[in-house]
Amino acid sequence: MNPPNIISVTGLCNSFGDQVIHQDLDIEVRRGEILGVVGGSGTGKSVLMRSIIGLQKPDSGEIRVFGEGMIGKEENQATDVRRRWGVLFQGGALFSTLTVAENVQVPLREFYPDFSTELLDEIARYKIFLSGLPPEAAYKYPSELSGGMRKRAGVARALAMDPELLFLDEPTAGLDPIGAAKFDSLTRDLKETLGLTVFLITHDLDTLYSICDRVAVLADQKVIAIGAIEELLAIDHPWINEYFSGPRGRAARRGHSDQSETARAKTQQLGRS
Amino acid sequence: MANSAEFTVEELPSGQILRLSGTFVIASIGDVDRALRDISGPICEIDISGVTHMDTVGAWLVHRTAKEHDAQITGGAHDAGRLIDAVRGVDQAEVAAKPPISSLYRFLAEVGGGVVEGITTLLQFLGFVGQVVKAFFALLISPRRFRWHAVVQHFDMVGVRALGIVGLMSFLIGIVIAQQGAVQLRQFGAEVFTINLIGRLTLRELGILMTAIMVAGRSGSAFAAQIGTMKITEEIDAMRTIGVVPAEALVVPRVIASVIMMPLLGIFASLMSIIGGGLLCWIVLDIPPATFVQRLREVTPMTDFWIGMIKAPVFGAIIAMAGCFQGMQVQGNAEQVGLRTTAAVVQAIFLVIVLDAFFAVFFSEIGWD
Repeated sequence: MNPPNIISVTGLCNSFGDQVIHQDLDIEVRRGEILGVVGGSGTGKSVLMRSIIGLQKPDSGEIRVFGEGMIGKEENQATDVRRRWGVLFQGGALFSTLTVAENVQVPLREFYPDFSTELLDEIARYKIFLSGLPPEAAYKYPSELSGGMRKRAGVARALAMDPELLFLDEPTAGLDPIGAAKFDSLTRDLKETLGLTVFLITHDLDTLYSICDRVAVLADQKVIAIGAIEELLAIDHPWINEYFSGPRGRAARRGHSDQSETARAKTQQLGRS
Repeated sequence: MANSAEFTVEELPSGQILRLSGTFVIASIGDVDRALRDISGPICEIDISGVTHMDTVGAWLVHRTAKEHDAQITGGAHDAGRLIDAVRGVDQAEVAAKPPISSLYRFLAEVGGGVVEGITTLLQFLGFVGQVVKAFFALLISPRRFRWHAVVQHFDMVGVRALGIVGLMSFLIGIVIAQQGAVQLRQFGAEVFTINLIGRLTLRELGILMTAIMVAGRSGSAFAAQIGTMKITEEIDAMRTIGVVPAEALVVPRVIASVIMMPLLGIFASLMSIIGGGLLCWIVLDIPPATFVQRLREVTPMTDFWIGMIKAPVFGAIIAMAGCFQGMQVQGNAEQVGLRTTAAVVQAIFLVIVLDAFFAVFFSEIGWD
């Protein structure tokens, strides 16, 4: 009943006028993994996400989410799939006339109109907590929040329906390193606690090293490589080499191996005591 | 998802046990939520071993019920325990309850806020006008800094590109005036006075006023939106750091373009109105164009034309100032651009009509009637 791949895209072609964005692109997302999607600017990372969630109509190709074909579905179709995913847009895309709590309640009210107001309030309250916002943020409007808080509020709304699949579009862009690291651990915690599958577009090498199970590299209008970072490092492609072995890539790798060593040491300590 | 969430209450000597079964997920718990709230009596244990599937909403329900009755949760699998632990954390975070605000207080606060905002806006607008005047004289002193290029570009935007719509609108208004005038004046056989109506009304009032409204809608709003967007993208801050005065670079060219273009558009609009009215007179009242023009020259004093030409630049300045002022007031998000653009148009049209009333009284008093 449950296909192993939550998302499978085959032969996707996208173009804007003469400009070809994707040509015969294939990608699969497995259940329960965090898949990082990287690529230079303009390689169509966001377009790929928008195609999968149905905001961009591809020229050709097949997209299946939870085993259901998504091409040509209108907003009010495929609601069974839509209620199983949550999307975080780059700027949070919160409804600016609603408070954070009301933003979280929008999908709930849409799909479950019979929920009592108390239950809606309670759900909004604990979702906001899960996303790492302080409780008083619930009554604030998006314009009163900082960029990082807006992203967390966006996550709270994306999580409102208890989705199995979460799309994150550059969640750590524009956050300070501390905020970005917190957001990474939030993503990992949510994945582990709620058993989410995460489709994560990012430029942030630290994010890739610290939380992604697999990484897909977009270049030359397709996915040129997909796998764990160690596997990607072995691939000889100029962009991949430059990306992972450039100064930033090396720094992120060093930082990550330091971290995992400390973590290993800690576990050993715990094991002994 | 076919299963629904169910529960039974079991009486034991030690107390009541709540046994939950089925799927406790968001899609199935709408009714159970209400039923669980209604449970009365002490419950000492909640057994969730019968729950086949659970998400955070289900976990929240279990946790809430347990907390309410101070009951123990038993029988949960590892996953369920993890979910319940995740939602439990919210209890530690204190919620600062908002103090309720009485509606009278809110009403008074809103009125007071409105008054304060009105006064500050007026003061800010005066300050803004002062800034622009200062920038204008600064440019007079050092004309090298004057941006001819921008002025010419705004000539095009405010004037040339508005010709089509202003012309069409004025032409139609001319027809409407002539038609209504003809119908009413015919009742006492004074159709010929339709020409007076067309000539005097368009040159003195409507030609300029309608043009001003059109320019406010077309260009005043565009000024507010352009400058507002530049404000959001920090372009204006960038200008300031480079040493460019925004009032000189952005506002003065727009104001000058509007001040020069408004009279020209006004002449064009009046002309189109007269053509429209004359056409209708020809068709409906059988007044040939030659007679129409001759009569027009007899009944329309030159002062009517000058009144229009005096008003037009003032209106142009008001429209451009209101647009630029509102654009400069934008702060924060994109929604503000929309609000300020609307405010610019409303403010411009309101000020234009107020001034027009003032001009009407003024010109009659000095005997130009």
